[in-house]
Parts: sequence; structure tokens; C-alpha cells
Amino acid sequence: MTKIRAFLTALFTFALSLSAPAAIDALDFSSVQQEKDYQSLTQELRCPQCQNNNIADSNATIAVDMRAKVFELLQEGKSKQDIVDYMVARYGNFVTYNPPLTVATVILWVAPVALILFGIFFILRRKPQSGAKQPAASANHAEAQSPALNAEQQRRLQALLKDKEQ
Amino acid sequence: MIAELGNYALALSLAISLLLAVLPLWGAEKGNPQLMSLARPMTYGLFVSLSVAFAALFYLFAVNDFSVQYVVNNSNTSLPIAYRLSAVWGSHEGSLLLWIWLLTLWSAAVALFSKHLPQEAVARVLGIMGIITIGFLIFVLFTSNPFARTFPDFPVDGRELNPLLQDVGLIFHPPLLYMGYVGFSVAFAFSIATLMTGKLDTAWARWSRPWTMAAWIFLTLGIVLGSWWAYYELGWGGWWFWDPVENASLMPWLAGTALLHSLAVTEKRAAFKAWTVLLAILAFSLCLLGTFLVRSGILVSVHAFASDPTRGLYILAYLVVVIGGSLVLYAYKGSQIRSRDNYQRYSRESLLLLNNILLMTALAVVLLGTLLPLVHKQLGLGSISVGAPFFNQMFMLIMIPFAFLLGIGPLVKWRRDQVSAIRKPVLISLAVMLILGIFLPHFLHDQITVSAALGVMMAVFIVMLAGYELQQRATHRSGFFRGVGKLSRSHWGMLFAHLGVAMTVWGIAFSQNYSIERDVRMNVGDSVQIAGYEFKFQGISDANGPNYLGGKAQVEVFKNGKPETTLYAEKRFYTVSKMSMTEAAIDWGFSRDLYVALGESLGNGAWALRLYYKPFIRWIWLGGLFMAFGGLLCMLDRRYRFAALLNKGANANHHPGTSHE
Amino acid sequence: MNKKLYLPLIVFLLLIIAFFVQLQRNSQGDDPKALESALIGKPIPAKHLTDLFDAKQHDDNLFKQGKPLLVNVWATWCPTCYAEHQYLNELKQQGIDIIGINYKDNSAKALKWLKDLGNPYQTVIKDEKGAFGLDLGVYGAPETFIVDGNGIIHYRHAGDVNPRVWQEKLEPVYRKLAEQQK
Repeated sequence: MTKIRAFLTALFTFALSLSAPAAIDALDFSSVQQEKDYQSLTQELRCPQCQNNNIADSNATIAVDMRAKVFELLQEGKSKQDIVDYMVARYGNFVTYNPPLTVATVILWVAPVALILFGIFFILRRKPQSGAKQPAASANHAEAQSPALNAEQQRRLQALLKDKEQ
Repeated sequence: MIAELGNYALALSLAISLLLAVLPLWGAEKGNPQLMSLARPMTYGLFVSLSVAFAALFYLFAVNDFSVQYVVNNSNTSLPIAYRLSAVWGSHEGSLLLWIWLLTLWSAAVALFSKHLPQEAVARVLGIMGIITIGFLIFVLFTSNPFARTFPDFPVDGRELNPLLQDVGLIFHPPLLYMGYVGFSVAFAFSIATLMTGKLDTAWARWSRPWTMAAWIFLTLGIVLGSWWAYYELGWGGWWFWDPVENASLMPWLAGTALLHSLAVTEKRAAFKAWTVLLAILAFSLCLLGTFLVRSGILVSVHAFASDPTRGLYILAYLVVVIGGSLVLYAYKGSQIRSRDNYQRYSRESLLLLNNILLMTALAVVLLGTLLPLVHKQLGLGSISVGAPFFNQMFMLIMIPFAFLLGIGPLVKWRRDQVSAIRKPVLISLAVMLILGIFLPHFLHDQITVSAALGVMMAVFIVMLAGYELQQRATHRSGFFRGVGKLSRSHWGMLFAHLGVAMTVWGIAFSQNYSIERDVRMNVGDSVQIAGYEFKFQGISDANGPNYLGGKAQVEVFKNGKPETTLYAEKRFYTVSKMSMTEAAIDWGFSRDLYVALGESLGNGAWALRLYYKPFIRWIWLGGLFMAFGGLLCMLDRRYRFAALLNKGANANHHPGTSHE
Repeated sequence: MNKKLYLPLIVFLLLIIAFFVQLQRNSQGDDPKALESALIGKPIPAKHLTDLFDAKQHDDNLFKQGKPLLVNVWATWCPTCYAEHQYLNELKQQGIDIIGINYKDNSAKALKWLKDLGNPYQTVIKDEKGAFGLDLGVYGAPETFIVDGNGIIHYRHAGDVNPRVWQEKLEPVYRKLAEQQK
């Protein structure tokens, strides 16, 4: 038992920030909802020192401190938004994985909507042609227009269609 | 000696690829059969010489040759042999060599399985793949050579492979993923070849479809494996973080999925041609972009390789040449592409176009979310982060219309159809989905959340209409069971793949909404109740390994008083790298995962333990496997072999425009 | 219609430009992980400030001395702080006032450190739990802030202070503030 304790203490001392998985903090929550809030907050807040981790997954000193602070603020009865604002006031918008809505970031939401609208518009606007899309200067390929079929080809076509449907 | 041999093999490969890039393409331009016939042998030669280089690197790792810098950085004598060998692709230089080797492997495969293609097409496609190879070889030889020596130093032992990578996942994840990335170069090469010739008919769509499908299957498997690996390896129960490197794999997958559907339309209906060409360029470009993002140090990520701005500049130059060049070619030649454009507003073509638009929108979301922080900071506006909350929300919104289309698409006819034809099945499916969407989450977990209900609804909708479509197809001419037996492989493929989507949606809906995580303090003998399961902590024991010290916790799980399983969660301390690792214990099940991770000693015999209950999380990856399997069925559809047979016979009919189903 | 085909190329080139600019900056020493301070232009958030030496309580007037100050966050467990310490002593010789924040440290070790290596600080605040550091938006050690005469933060440097950093980044701000205070 002492050997395990020794190595685990060594572990604790050597725990480096970046790649070591986060310490498991066994906290006493006052309610299930508080525990869920804690989990969602620590997943939404970003560790300022790490290579892209949330504070839940990181053992960096600052991540540990931030988790403790989140717990403390939750115990004080602060709301989730309050806590995020608290961290943003100190570390800037970098610290939340939920980007703020500003003139510069609005493209995140506008561009996808615009793309979909443009696509729907494109589909509704186009006039289906029976042949090529536009008259062109260069040669039209024969297959671009529905070729007229003679009787023999019609029969072959019917036979092929029958095969295809099976 | 072997290292120098490997280096020589690389240089030889560069020489061959230069010839491969120039001669057959020149021959194709000038109509010279002798030059064009050089393409296949040179491709095989390239594959052989690169295999020699790759084998050399394996050998160096196997024998622990620490006079080679790359071996020193990624391996040491106490590393088990399996990990020593997979450490070959453990970091930048070796993984690049893997990439190039796979590129020559795909080229050789194209050379081998292209007997039915006209010589000119083969020459062009192989030549273009040669061009792609040149760039990577130059990069490796001059900036990232895995064979560089440590002379005059000679380390006695190497650094350890990061313990996170000492896992079976490392053996398979990079090769599978790279097979996918590199595979999209084939579709890319086909479309560039087509643009070059100006003969923009549908033959290239038919030829490149199986290759694109194969690449897509590998990429799907690679992503699924990576996600599953992260889940059980990292100890935090997550399976997707929207990390830039993960996004770099998702973007080509989205483009690839759009490409597959667009290729189907181009092949069958001679429509969307320009768009399909662009998608083929886009898919491979995104693969290259991913390479850039991961290796240039430009984005902050846990997955990123050690960064070096000079390497980044080199890759950037390569991107400009390859992607820029192909987009210029597209802009220049694109206007010559004529598509048949005779489909009505309500038709399968339109719906597939909408499918593509939604996939492109999802791609735009990922691209913007990944790159905006970079641009935002560059413009002096400060640092922001875009992560899971944003991506999850946007993907959920996009998924809703996407699931709807997925359900009705296969039921709508080509060219023109009427909405009334499917009114009844759609309304019935909507009704069933509403009922199940509200009832199932409530029944299974006692509470409904909006996203869980939506997820269930989407999955149910897809499954119901897929079932209806199956019934319609099968009973078209004969009884159900006879009809089912006659269905083509590609039809089954579509069914499996779409079911896979439904499964993944279901898995995500449940695991995101109803997972329970508790971090608890437990003494030996303590119990914790989660979702009807009792987790009982039985104690800690020793568990040392070849290169680590470890401790193992035993947790018994009971359900309703009956023993369910015993879980052993480990904590390891790797002596060389001095890194600690958690090996979580997972009891995986069809309807739920139970997960235990061991934390620190809290004194007085108490330990911190993390306990998870994750409902239906396996369905996420199972869905991915279904998608890959569906793709495999489509690829093996008889008509691709049939086409080869027909083409051999009908040699007189050389016009490539004859598209048969 | 033709022009539309150039759109993908244009989007691509814009991306390349953004990447190129960023690579250039990175090769000149820009660190993608560097985080700018959210407190520029705001006052030092001084709440409970305990002196390291005599456990006396300070209030926020400590930072409002009518002249520019350096506020240096340091700790004995931080090797980079050890590296910059000599230069901080030199700055003190030049008459620069520095207030030290002993961040998440053992006070006994900190006192010994200052005794052994010299004390460049006018005052040292002890912040054992890191609460003050959190309020300052500190994410690692060492960090150095430049504060004006009214306690408003004007600059934050994350990393060690050495002659190059002082000359290129900190001194200009410091001198400008000194001019303004006159």
C-alpha cells in the first residue's frame, strides 16, 4: 500500500500541465443541478495556459484554480452566466468556448444561413432546360441533349430499364 | 547504413516521381503512346522504391538505432515492440513518410485496376498523382528527413513515445486516416485529368466513383477509430472535442460525402458536372489544408505536431501550387463543362443538391469556427475561442433539415416528381416520430430535453422512411422476400449507410443529454448509485508494467442487487517520460457504457473516483461502422465489374460518353 | 457566369494570405498561445493585500503612487523567475519601482529566496491561493504589468523580463507614463 501511495504522490508532484489527464476533484455539491452546472461550466471554460483544453480536462495550475473558483461561485449561488462573465472579465473572451456575438464574430452565424438561403434561392430560381445549360461558343457534346432514339434503340432502352429495376 | 539506404530510396523516389509527372502527361498532350505507356511501370517503380524507404525506417525502429534522430525522439529500449514499430508514424517526419507511401500505394492500385480505362486517362491520372508525390518528397527530403543522423552524438537511449500514444489505437488510427486523405487524391487526379482534356463527359465520374468511395470508407473508419480511441484512452468520457486537428479530418469527410452523392448524380443524370469537379478538388484540398494546419504550428491544438514556421511556409507554397493551380484550371476550363440541366424543382436531383448545400454549410461552419480565432487575433481584435457550444448548436440546427432530406430523398424520382406521391408515408412517419420522440426519452430517462427529443425524432424519421423505401423497392414487381433478394448491393449500401446516420444521431442524442458523471470520494466498501446501477469500491492493488508503475482499483457494479460487472481502473506512472496516465475501465454495452476512472489518494484510505453512465454511446461509432459498411457494399456493386466486362467487349464503341447503369 | 468560377480561387487566396501573414509573425517570435490581458485600461483589482514580510494589510493605494510601477508576478517554483531575477535587481538600481506578487508560493521559501538573491521589490504581496492572480488574469509565472500613477493597468507581459524585452516592449510604455505623470 505504501509503495502505491509513494508512486501516486510522485505522480502528483510530477503532474505536468499539458498532457496529463485532469485530476478528479471529488467535490460536495449541494444539488444535482449544481453538479451539472459545474460540469457544463468547466467544459465550456477554456484553460488559458494549455494547448486547447477546457478547464475540466486540464491539470494546469490555472485550470485547477479556475475550477475551484467556479465551484466557489456556484456555492455562492451565482448563475452560470455570472460565472462565465466573471472569468471573461479577467481573461477575456478567449476563456469561453462560446464565442461572443460581436460585429466581428457575427459571420459565424450569418455565413451558414446565407449559404442555405443562397442554395435554396438557386434551386428555386433556375429554369430547368431540356438541353444544355446555356448556348455556348464551344462545341456542345451530343450527350448533353436528349438524343432521339430509333425503334431498335428504344427496345434496347426498355430492356435495360427492366434489368436496372431488378 | 540502412538509414542511408532509406535516404537513397527517397531520393530515387523523387527522381522517379519527377519522370512520372512529366513524361506520361507530355505523352498524353502529344498523343504519344510510348510515353504514355511509361506511366504504369513508373508508378510501380515508385511504389517499390518508397516501400524500401519505409521498410528501412521500420528496421531502424525495430533494432533501436539511436544514431538516427527520429528514432531517438520517438522510441526507447523499454518500449514494447508493437509500439516501437507504430512509433514510426508517431510524429511529423515518419507520419509524412507514411502519407507518401500510401500515396504511392494508391497510385499503384490505380495503375493495377485501370485496365478498362483508355491509355490517355491512365497516363494523365498517374502523372498527376506523380506531381502530388513530388511536392511531398521534396518536403521530406529537404526539411523533414526521418533518416537524419544524430552524429556526432550517439544517445544511449531515446525519449519515450508519449504514453497517450502507447496504445493499439496508434497502430491503426493514423494509417486508416491517411488512407482516406490520400485516397481523395485519386478523385482529385481524375477531375484534374478531365479538366485538362476538356472532354468533360460523365465517364470520369463513373471511373472515379469506386476510388472515391474507398477513400471515404477509410476516412470514415479513421475518424470513428480516432473518436473511440479518445473516449477510452483519455479518461474524460468525451469522444469529440472540435479541436482544430479533429476538424481538419471532419471537413474532408463532409466534402467527401457531398462528393459521393454528387458523383452519383453526375454519373446517372449527367447533371452537376462542374459542381462535382469542384467538389473533388475541394475534398483533396481540405486534406492538404489539414496537413498544413496540423504541421505548421499556426493553430493551437493538443494534436499538433511540433511546429516550425519554415515547414509551414513550405507546405503553404505547396498548397498554392497544387490547390491554386487546380482552381485556376477549374476557373479557366469550367465554362466548357456542360451539364444536363433538365430536372424540375421537385426531383431527386434538387434534393441531392440541397443535401450538398447542407453539407457545404456544415463544412463552412467548421471552417469558419476553426479559422475565425486566427483571423480575429490577426486583425488585432483580441483572442476568442470557438468550441463545442458553438459547433454543437450549429450542427444540431443543420441536422434537422438534413435528416428530413435523408428520409424523403430516396423516395423521390429523378427529374420530376410530385409531392403528393409520398404525402402519406411522410405524414405517418412524422406522426410516429413525434410520438416516439416525446415518449421514448421520457420512458427511458424520465425527462425530456429538446435536443434529445429532436435526435430521437430524426432517427425515427429516417428509419421509418428507409423501411418504407425498402418495402416499395422490394415489392415493385414481386413479393417482398423475393424482391428483397433481388436488390442490388448499392441499394443495400445506401440503406446501411443511411441507417448508420440514424444510429449516430440516436447515440449522440442520448449520450449528450442523459449521461451522468460523478466525481466522488470513496473509501473501500463505499457505494454510489447512478442511474439504477450501484458502484461499489473494493480496493486498490499493484499493477506494474514494462515501462510504468501502476495501481489498480477494483469496482463492482450491481444492477437491482444483481452483479453486473467488475471494473478495474488503472493509474500509471511512466518512468522515462515521467508522465502519468489514466487507464479507464469501461463496461461497454449495447444500450449503455459504464465507466470508471481512478484519481488520487485523498488520504485516510479514501480515493477520488470518476464514475460515468453513458447511454447508447456505442451507437455513435456503430453508426459510423454502418456507414463505412454501406460504402463498401456500394463499392462492390456488380455493375462496376459488369462495366469492366462490357467495356472489354464493346471496344468499337469508344465514345466515353456512353454511360450505362 | 464565367466570373463565378473564380470565386473558389479568390476565397482560397484570401485564406493563403491570412496563413502567410500568420506564419511570418510566428517565425518572428509571435507565440500563438500568447494571451492578451483583459484588464488593459482597468484599475488593479486590489482587495485583500497582505504583505509578505510583516503580514500588514495594504489597500489599493499601494498601486496609486502617482508614478508608473511595475507589478511582477513571481514564485520560487518558477525557473524562469529565477532567470529574470538578476535583471529585476538591475532595474531597481535604475530607480524603477517594482511591486512583487508572490504567486501560489510558500512564504518561507519566498523570504529565503529574496534574502539569497536580493530583493528588487518595493513591496511584496503574498498570494498563496492565487486569488489575486486570478483577479489579475494571471495564467502563469512570471508576468509583469505596467501600472500608471492612478493604478490603471497599461500593459501586461507574460514571460521573463530581460534586457531585450525591457528595451523593446516595457521601457517605452514606462517612459511614456513617466512623462505623462510630470
